[in-house]
Amino acid sequence: MKEVIHNSGLVLDEKLLWEKGKKGRIGFSIPPQDVAVAELDPELVGEDPDFPDLSEVDVVRHFTRLSTWNFGVDTGMYPLGSCTMKYNPKTNERQASLAGLSEAHPFLPESLSQGALQIMYELEQYLMEITGMDAVTLQPAAGAHGEMLGMLLIHAWHSKKGNSRSKIIVPDTAHGTNPASAALCGYKPIPVKSDENGIIPVETIRELMDDETAGIMITNPNTLGLFEENIQEISEIVHAEDGLVYGDGANMNAVMGIVKMGNIGVDIMHLNLHKTFSTPHGGGGPGAGPVAVKKDLIPFLPAPRVVFKNGQYSLEKNLPDSVGRMTAFYGHFNVLIKAYSYIRQMGPDNLKKASRLAVLNANYIKEQLKDTLHLAYDRPCMHECIFSDKNQAAHKISTMDMAKRLLDYGIHPPTVYFPLVVHGAIMVEPTETESKEDIDLFIETFKTIAKEAEENPDILTSAPHVSKRRRLDEVEAARHPCLTG
Amino acid sequence: MQYLPHTKEDIKSMLEVVGVSSLDELFSSIPENCRFDGRLNLPEPMTEWELDDHMDSLAGNMAVSPDYKIFIGAGSYTHHIPMSVKYVTSRSEFVTCYTPYQPEVSQGTLQAIYEYQTMAATLMGMDVATASHYDGATALAEALLIAARKKKKKYVAISSLIHPHYREVIHTYFSPTQYEIIELPYLENGRTDLSQLESGDEFGALAIQSPNFFGCIENLKNAADIAHDQNALFIGSYTEAMAYGLLKNPGSMGADIVAGEGQSLGIAKSYGGPALGMLGSKKEFMRMLPGRLVGKTTDQDGRPGFVLTLATREQHIRREKATSNICSNNNLCALSAVAYMASLGGTGFRKLAQLNHDKAEYLKSELKKAGGKIPFESPTFNEFVVRFKNGFDKKYARLKDKKILAGLPLATFYPELENHYLMCVTETLKKEDMDMLIQEVIS
Repeated sequence: MKEVIHNSGLVLDEKLLWEKGKKGRIGFSIPPQDVAVAELDPELVGEDPDFPDLSEVDVVRHFTRLSTWNFGVDTGMYPLGSCTMKYNPKTNERQASLAGLSEAHPFLPESLSQGALQIMYELEQYLMEITGMDAVTLQPAAGAHGEMLGMLLIHAWHSKKGNSRSKIIVPDTAHGTNPASAALCGYKPIPVKSDENGIIPVETIRELMDDETAGIMITNPNTLGLFEENIQEISEIVHAEDGLVYGDGANMNAVMGIVKMGNIGVDIMHLNLHKTFSTPHGGGGPGAGPVAVKKDLIPFLPAPRVVFKNGQYSLEKNLPDSVGRMTAFYGHFNVLIKAYSYIRQMGPDNLKKASRLAVLNANYIKEQLKDTLHLAYDRPCMHECIFSDKNQAAHKISTMDMAKRLLDYGIHPPTVYFPLVVHGAIMVEPTETESKEDIDLFIETFKTIAKEAEENPDILTSAPHVSKRRRLDEVEAARHPCLTG
Repeated sequence: MQYLPHTKEDIKSMLEVVGVSSLDELFSSIPENCRFDGRLNLPEPMTEWELDDHMDSLAGNMAVSPDYKIFIGAGSYTHHIPMSVKYVTSRSEFVTCYTPYQPEVSQGTLQAIYEYQTMAATLMGMDVATASHYDGATALAEALLIAARKKKKKYVAISSLIHPHYREVIHTYFSPTQYEIIELPYLENGRTDLSQLESGDEFGALAIQSPNFFGCIENLKNAADIAHDQNALFIGSYTEAMAYGLLKNPGSMGADIVAGEGQSLGIAKSYGGPALGMLGSKKEFMRMLPGRLVGKTTDQDGRPGFVLTLATREQHIRREKATSNICSNNNLCALSAVAYMASLGGTGFRKLAQLNHDKAEYLKSELKKAGGKIPFESPTFNEFVVRFKNGFDKKYARLKDKKILAGLPLATFYPELENHYLMCVTETLKKEDMDMLIQEVIS
């Protein structure tokens, strides 16, 4: 067995917040009472919030200790398929925390917020160029929120034309959130099985597409890491029936500067700034999910829109056909700054190079591991490749066991059990920011684990051994929910 | 390029392993007619230092304190954020991780969110709270959808004193559903007029914001009673979470679901986002809540730990049958909120909330002396409406030139309220800042 190198000696325990502190402590510098105390009607006044009183040191130690129990991209390789866990440049954080931007009030008059409006306007221009689309809104707060907006736009476009449509085609290789997004907007998702090559069969779309179908949701490259080769033909079929093509841009990291979705039939697409454009995931958010559209859909975009006229940036609110508003203000502006900062640092050539290296890394892993793990589709992949636990089944070792064993070796597991098309899927997306040495270590580690699966399967089924916690009882958590302490 | 680690040799040897001769050849599965042959028309790359200069100049083109004295709240509030909160929440172990799908190596995020859920539920007066939503507006829209589905009645009723942008978001979210929305007018005292609900039982939900958009504290108890009498759910909302350091929380006044904005809890305004959608409910609606939930459990050695739970509600399991498509939470914002609430503690939270109230009361009474009218008599927290004389807009513009933003003009949202301004004062404004504004108003 390979020697396990770990550093658990410094992993300290920590109580819950309310098990600490003492009444009368404070971790906050409260300004002086420079006006008279004004009594409020006692009928309206409640008790003090039942929070523990802590000092600043208590708070800082508490969260510092907690942070050490987390694995992040800065800790090590994090090859989560479909999530694009690339390195998050630190300069992005500096730019986003500049007082002029982070302290800006959203109701500042336009004349006093030209800097923020310029960032938003220019970012929209850049994303239009990268996608080949005609306009962008930055309002959606996340990828799923962008998808929802996409469905609202499709709905609004059909309504304006007097079309009544009830269905939308969602292939099994589309992103996991797609069916729920469609259903939320009143569409019945019509599933389509991918073919033996892992892509959408044109003939099936030809059979399904009719005048009751609003359009199709295509993730391209799809969740199998494969390029939907028939996208142009599929788009033509959908357009011929007056339908629209929604492109899920979750996997845009594979094709920056290589494919412009607007040129190959996509009418609406969202981008995940927290994937392709390097903004951090933050343990689940906040991200940002801008939506790009072709010309015909511009009137339906959410209000307000940033416009540039006579040397001034302003917010256009008078949009009669708009689907409305998606967030309280202009979306996750702080996240937008980070994506803007990334694009300005990368420039056109490095963005393209990033996609090429992301694809190189994935294909390299595919080649190096395909004799160890069962490869679901043995053909050139884009930025991610999909294995399964088929080869290890004989030893009663599952994808989950291998994933948990990776933790012992200090590597974050890939996405597991997704996409559903592949039984026991192991979906590896290394991203371009992993070096060859780190990728080689990942490959070597997986080979070691596969060997362990044959020789010492118990060490896998009982993994992880050296993490802060070992496998947690999720069934119990769901059966007797304890959501507050 | 410092983010692309591949050397020429790396690329060459990796291409060999893959069995192709060039990086271009990696894209052979993309049909020729799908490829873009040109070069992206984007600005040339900047060095880190050029970028700093560029961003400094953009940020310099914005009006922020201390240069500007800004008396505007209206859904985005200026509160002091301790450096300790910013510092711990910017630790990259929190910032650069994904949704905690591998709980064994995500206990930091999971415990913090469990603590957030606990403190958020306490603040709202609810049994449970979710791990957070995008913002107050989307949380409220989701809350109304829960109630509409639960009660399956013709419409939902919302106060016209809910933040105007929130109402726009609600209309957007409801546009593809069969449910209608009615907006309730407001009374002369600055509270919501509930009279039309007393006879109608066609509504499945009633949502009231308190303090409302005019800053007035609503009679939530009365609203909850009316909703419950008509077999509807009552939803309490807020844009200023700080208020609940002082006021009775919506749960204690009868709310079934609470949805509000937590930006005040240690989150920078950042031109409106990201913020913190807080959503909580009574236990009976727990399984209808959209979004992430963290629950307590044990690991195989019997030690306590935390996991994402009740995932069967969620989009990736239930697909089209899911109650929401939401996939993320505004996790880092929730982390800031829990660190902020912990820094204040119960004692400090009350003290700070009281100070916000007192300062706003001072400005209110002084503006009254200076000739301003207070059109709505209901008690307020740290925001209130003042009516100035005709022609104040010219003075407003002059004050802007003097770097004072004297409230938010309300006529944009309520055309009948010409010369009405929504003023906000928090602990970040000193008495002398307010005195300066008052002097200017008098002069």
